[in-house]
Amino acid sequence: MKKRWYDDLWIASLLYLVLGFFNILFAWLGLLCFFIPLLIAAIGGNKGYCNRYCGRGQLFGLLGGRFGLSRRRDIPRWMKSKWFRYGFLIFFFAMFFQMLWNTYLVFAGAQDLKQVVTLLWTFRLPWHWAYHGTLLHPGVAQFAFGFYSVMLTSTVLGLLTMVLFKPRSWCVYCPMGTMTQLICKAKHPNTRS
Amino acid sequence: MNQTMRVKRKARVETSVCVACGCCVKVCPMGALSISDGIYAKVDDSACVGCGKCAKECPASVISIEEVTA
Ligand code: SF4
Ligand code: SF4
Ligand code: SF4
Repeated sequence: MKKRWYDDLWIASLLYLVLGFFNILFAWLGLLCFFIPLLIAAIGGNKGYCNRYCGRGQLFGLLGGRFGLSRRRDIPRWMKSKWFRYGFLIFFFAMFFQMLWNTYLVFAGAQDLKQVVTLLWTFRLPWHWAYHGTLLHPGVAQFAFGFYSVMLTSTVLGLLTMVLFKPRSWCVYCPMGTMTQLICKAKHPNTRS
Repeated sequence: MNQTMRVKRKARVETSVCVACGCCVKVCPMGALSISDGIYAKVDDSACVGCGKCAKECPASVISIEEVTA
């Protein structure tokens, strides 16, 4: 197959994680992987983001595929069931809104900036080296720490299922993938699967 | 039209559990797959040669290679 420019977007995904290690404010760029898929689904009515541009999916495909870091087993049936996929989406969003709430509290001055990255919604990793204080409000940094936590957590989960099952197993329960598919279903009520 | 019945291998997608990720589209050497309205993968039987690459790649393992008589 002909290689396209967007087949190398995995580099951007990798770079994102690296940059956030050195300066947390880069985490804001992650909003792109949030809004672009939603806009493509809402306006175009397709999953063009997953199907072409998503660097994260490509990264898992590369590590699990070309580098062989995957057992290449079938994913358990319950993980592709609707209740798990929708349930994970809801859980993910609940955690996301909690993160937004914490950001709000810092913006409102009710809470101090916490320079930690929270992995898997539980483990607090020190990350203070990535923030040096800027002219910006601490709330801006709090959002960056929170968003980076979301991105790192999903990467770790994705790597785990990549090793256990097929390279891109993350795509089965990825909240963005599930959400864009739901939007497409809503936009094409007559296309039945 | 006295063609003898021939058995051919074709990819079949269990569309109700397809997540429309498009991994299968990327590996198909024949360009036989497409994502229909962002909801599920569709096989163009006239192009599919039944090689099984898509079934191997599919992260949800919802593609099987079935024998059909054509
Ligand atoms: S399902 Fe998620 S990780 Fe997979 S291609 Fe779509 S957005 Fe990317
Ligand atoms: S790889 Fe599997 S889950 Fe993804 S679009 Fe193709 S058939 Fe559907
Ligand atoms: S079996 Fe081979 S030719 Fe047929 S859709 Fe899958 S990858 Fe394409």
